[in-house]
Amino acid sequence: MTIKTVKDAINDALVQSFEEDKNVILMGEDIAGGKGREQYQGTQDAWGGPFGVTQGLYTKFGGERVRDTTIAEAGFFGAAIGAAMTGLRPIVELMYVDFAGVCFDQMMNQAAKVRYMFGGKQKVPMVVRTVVGAGFRAGSEHSQTLYSLYTHIPGLKVVAPYDAYDAKGLLLSSIKDDDPVIFMEHKRLYMTSCEVPDDLKPIPLGKGRIRREGSDVTIIAIQRMNLFAEEAANELEKINISCEIVDPRTYSPLDEELIFQSVKKTGKVIVVDESNPKCSLASEISSLISEKCFSDLKAAVIKITAPHTPVPFSPPMEDFYIPSTKKIIDAVKKLKDV
Amino acid sequence: MIEKQKINWIYKKIFTIRFFEERIKKIAKEKTVPGYLHTCIGSEAICVGVMAALNQDDWISSTYRNHGHAIAKGCELNEITSEIYGRKTGICKGRGGSMHISDFSKGMLGSFGIVAAGPAVVLGAALQEKINKSYKTCVSFFGDGAIHNGAFHEAAGLAKLWDIPMIFVCENNGYAEATATDWHLNTKELSDITKAYDMLSYIGDGNNVFEVYDITKKAINEAKQKNTPIFLEFKNYRFSGQYEGDTQLYQPQEEIDKAKQNDPIKLAKENSSKYGLNKNDLEKIINEAKEEVDKAFDFADTQPWPQPEDALEDVYVNYPVEINR
Ligand SMILES: Cc1ncc(C[n+]2csc(CCOP(=O)(O)OP(=O)(O)O)c2C)c(N)n1
Ligand SMILES: [Mg+2]
Repeated sequence: MTIKTVKDAINDALVQSFEEDKNVILMGEDIAGGKGREQYQGTQDAWGGPFGVTQGLYTKFGGERVRDTTIAEAGFFGAAIGAAMTGLRPIVELMYVDFAGVCFDQMMNQAAKVRYMFGGKQKVPMVVRTVVGAGFRAGSEHSQTLYSLYTHIPGLKVVAPYDAYDAKGLLLSSIKDDDPVIFMEHKRLYMTSCEVPDDLKPIPLGKGRIRREGSDVTIIAIQRMNLFAEEAANELEKINISCEIVDPRTYSPLDEELIFQSVKKTGKVIVVDESNPKCSLASEISSLISEKCFSDLKAAVIKITAPHTPVPFSPPMEDFYIPSTKKIIDAVKKLKDV
Repeated sequence: MIEKQKINWIYKKIFTIRFFEERIKKIAKEKTVPGYLHTCIGSEAICVGVMAALNQDDWISSTYRNHGHAIAKGCELNEITSEIYGRKTGICKGRGGSMHISDFSKGMLGSFGIVAAGPAVVLGAALQEKINKSYKTCVSFFGDGAIHNGAFHEAAGLAKLWDIPMIFVCENNGYAEATATDWHLNTKELSDITKAYDMLSYIGDGNNVFEVYDITKKAINEAKQKNTPIFLEFKNYRFSGQYEGDTQLYQPQEEIDKAKQNDPIKLAKENSSKYGLNKNDLEKIINEAKEEVDKAFDFADTQPWPQPEDALEDVYVNYPVEINR
């Protein structure tokens, strides 16, 4: 048992996957960084991506399998698809999910459609690792989450781990998975840590996790929102309100059963999502609950999301944009009185 | 011959940008300002040389590395600093931050954080100018890394096909993030990529502000005369890291030392007497630039923060408001 950061847990999962399967490769911009300058000892891995997550991989596994690309996302995403169809297990890094637009077609129309459209004869075992999230003062083009953009599309799997344990376990299974997986890493979570067993087994996609058992209100929290849900639950415990926190962890597939069980228990639900509200994971989960658990509900589901705006830069506005512990506490109190 | 006024303007701007970016480096170290900061130390001559060939209402697009472009294009220093500090009186009301400094009234069509997003936008502005028989010059700034992106190539192809007299300005500063330009280049010269579009291109010394000015001015005339886009590659060196805080381990010291010999500020100083500036003139300009920059940072520090709810303005489609609050 070791304490690991999310960043190191992801690096561990990558190293382990590279060691287990020689068909695993990694492509992205500056995932090594400085690789052309091998005469300068120790600088080949100068970057490891902007957050240093892939540092050391180039040195361990070489430039054939760890490839710095040009800023040509449509090109190397497409290449990953072809490589995946013919035997490799490529992992591609989309430096920030905000750049999804420049290579979205490859995911939406090629990667996602191949297995279905060609009569189930072909699989595309690739993983897109990407960085999401606000709270970094990074402005409108480097702070989005866009979970639902990918979740909307049949043929793509979507994973968004909260802690280091889940990050490692879910990345291991994402790489082993035979279909395209979008693996979303939250930039504000990289340096958070928890215990991660060295021999952690892959965590199956489609299995959520109860992060806290409770009886009064269910809080369904998406990725970083688990942090605020936990803080809110701790506060509320002091006034004898018991919250259950459900972390779905993967959004396609979604562990609907786990969610429904909790709703049946409490009858009161809050969904917390850092994304914009329209057609979001929050609206999707809340609509599923209304449809499947209507008679169990004691009140309408409450969604706590970002407003319907791009992510603003300035701290007071960005802090307002991101759902907060206080908003969760207020919502729980409102429900408690129902 | 360049008129005296323009020479003074060039000197004032080039020093202003250098002082500005040095101040940014300082506040980045002190961590007194939120967010990503991309400085352009080493690019001053390109920013100023190109802009010297433009009118205030000519159009440009910029990138996340935009401070120099914004200053040279005439954006108010106070509004730039206030934006970087996230204040309400910032050039984008604190919504954009350092990566998106843009004043449309000064001919900026946006500073985009997505690599290679600018050229096609400028192509559109140039198309508008053509359709409306107006003759504003349209210039897109981008880096050596951007030329690998499809969006650049699609814009280049259309610009040539439609006989659009826009100027592509590629700032070849030797690096795209941690990747040196030549590690990823398939051609001998970067500007050789324009051969695919049969587009005119010129290479210039991006450290020499007067050469940049000269080449740009000629290119604008030629583009308009021949109704054709022109690609300009200016070579310089990125003394700044990709962003403030970058360790820059991949940039060898010998390389930096060598590049320093051609530092655009050093060259400008050395050339000053050739352009009719005596020691006193130069000193006066330098002091003025420094003072204005210092004032702008002091100003930003006193400016009010936006209200949290200001985030909800300018969205033009709203969502049930009680959910937002
Ligand atoms: C489409 C896209 N991919 C990747 C990035 C991340 N990124 C930001 S700057 C940069 C390097 C750009 O280098 P260059 O074009 O040479 O400009 P410079 O920073 O040197 O001015 C990269 C890869 C991005 N912003 N947009
Ligand atoms: Mg560059």
